[in-house]
Amino acid sequence: MSAIKQKGWKEIPKGGLILEAGNSEQYETGSWRSQRPVRDEQKCTHCLICWVFCPDSSIIVEDGKIKGIDYKHCKGCGICAAECPAKAIEMKDENEFREKEGVKK
Amino acid sequence: MSTKTVAITGNGAAAYAFKQINPDVVAAYPITPQTDLVQSFSQYVADGLVHTELITVESEHSAMSACVGAAAAGGRVMTATSANGLALMFEILYIAASSKLPIVMPVVNRALSGPINIHCDHSDTMAARDAGWIQIYSENAQEAYDNIIQAVRIAENMKVRLPVMVMYDGFIISHGIDRVDFLDDTTVHDFVGKYQPNYPLLDIDKPLTFGPLDLYDYYFEHKRQQAEDINNSKPVILEIAKGFREISGREYGLFESYHLEDAETAIVVLSSAAGTTKTVVDELRGKGRKVGLLKPRIFRPFPYMEIAQALSHLKAIAILDRSVSFGGFGGPLFTEIRSAMMEFGKAPQNINIIFGLGGRDINQQDITGIYDQLDEIVKSGKVKERIQYLGVRE
Repeated sequence: MSAIKQKGWKEIPKGGLILEAGNSEQYETGSWRSQRPVRDEQKCTHCLICWVFCPDSSIIVEDGKIKGIDYKHCKGCGICAAECPAKAIEMKDENEFREKEGVKK
Repeated sequence: MSTKTVAITGNGAAAYAFKQINPDVVAAYPITPQTDLVQSFSQYVADGLVHTELITVESEHSAMSACVGAAAAGGRVMTATSANGLALMFEILYIAASSKLPIVMPVVNRALSGPINIHCDHSDTMAARDAGWIQIYSENAQEAYDNIIQAVRIAENMKVRLPVMVMYDGFIISHGIDRVDFLDDTTVHDFVGKYQPNYPLLDIDKPLTFGPLDLYDYYFEHKRQQAEDINNSKPVILEIAKGFREISGREYGLFESYHLEDAETAIVVLSSAAGTTKTVVDELRGKGRKVGLLKPRIFRPFPYMEIAQALSHLKAIAILDRSVSFGGFGGPLFTEIRSAMMEFGKAPQNINIIFGLGGRDINQQDITGIYDQLDEIVKSGKVKERIQYLGVRE
């Protein structure tokens, strides 16, 4: 389920139009994930290869350094883990985290 | 108001309506019997009598796609087609309606292949009845001209904003020469007014998205909106007809009643066959027979309660369909009216007559025969054969 409240038929723009630009950020695709990328801070060299390859702009970078992964949008495709030259990213079963985080399956 | 009376074909009258409306964009592909509508209009374009951008495309799928693009950009857009051309547009018809683009399209009714046939029946537009377009059927060239002009206002009305198809019968009306009263250019220009697009894509200060993916979480809500908007068009159609009467002196409603009020039996039929039926009604009335006619004008949205009410006092009716819904309980018009009469709670005896497929003529004797059969039904109280195929050789 998306975190956006679902509106009724009288509340939405007609014709399926989306009236604001750049709103895909509000659509949280993280719930699609079955595998979660987990980064090892010790192994990471901040080469930014994962940032280059991530198709969902989910690698958070500040001042040229990787700060973390945007799990609200990461779909768990695993490209970052496959491309990481330092093998610093491991794909783990999402269920382990969901149980811990108390998210209903 | 000043008018000019001319002798002209249905396609000529439709092309003249296009000229007077002067749309921003027309994207069309030729198909019999629509061809000389667009051909005549392209002459107006070549002569510089309109400002329209005429886009010649390689198919009807492209024609309707170009219309969708031009309408989304913010233009007033028209096209025209027939039969297989309409079938080729099918995918984009739904997109035009669901995107709420007020495109106006005359459809010159022709039988769908196969076997291939170029003559009139209503299989083409009846197949498109659930595409979300408003559908208006015209009896003759005058009505085709008048309905095309009114269709612009209906489509663009803020409460509606939906595409509109205007039908007239292939060859019978499209190529037959009729007497038509044309309004003058200024009257039509003022009547259709200036088009105000809701969300023009060319307004680069307000970027927006047309046609995004719409899955199980919102698709249904958008369909619910479409159902509401097409039903809301009914009072709008009547209001625009009222305004049109003021400029033309000609009356339009959701349907036309001809000697129906005191009739005992009646025929319900769309388009040009209604004209032949009127002649028969006059003749039989002259002999003292209480016969009438109901000619639906608006098929989508279907004015079900109004029609059921108008037919409720009759003893027997014949509903004529110029198309087949294979495997269905009668033709599309029959199904709608039978269902509507159930809602109204009072129904005359009724039969369905499938006629005129592939341009097969229906003549006055055929229609007189139908009224005779209705008299039999009234006398005996029995319907022998509910669904009949008029004039098919055994």
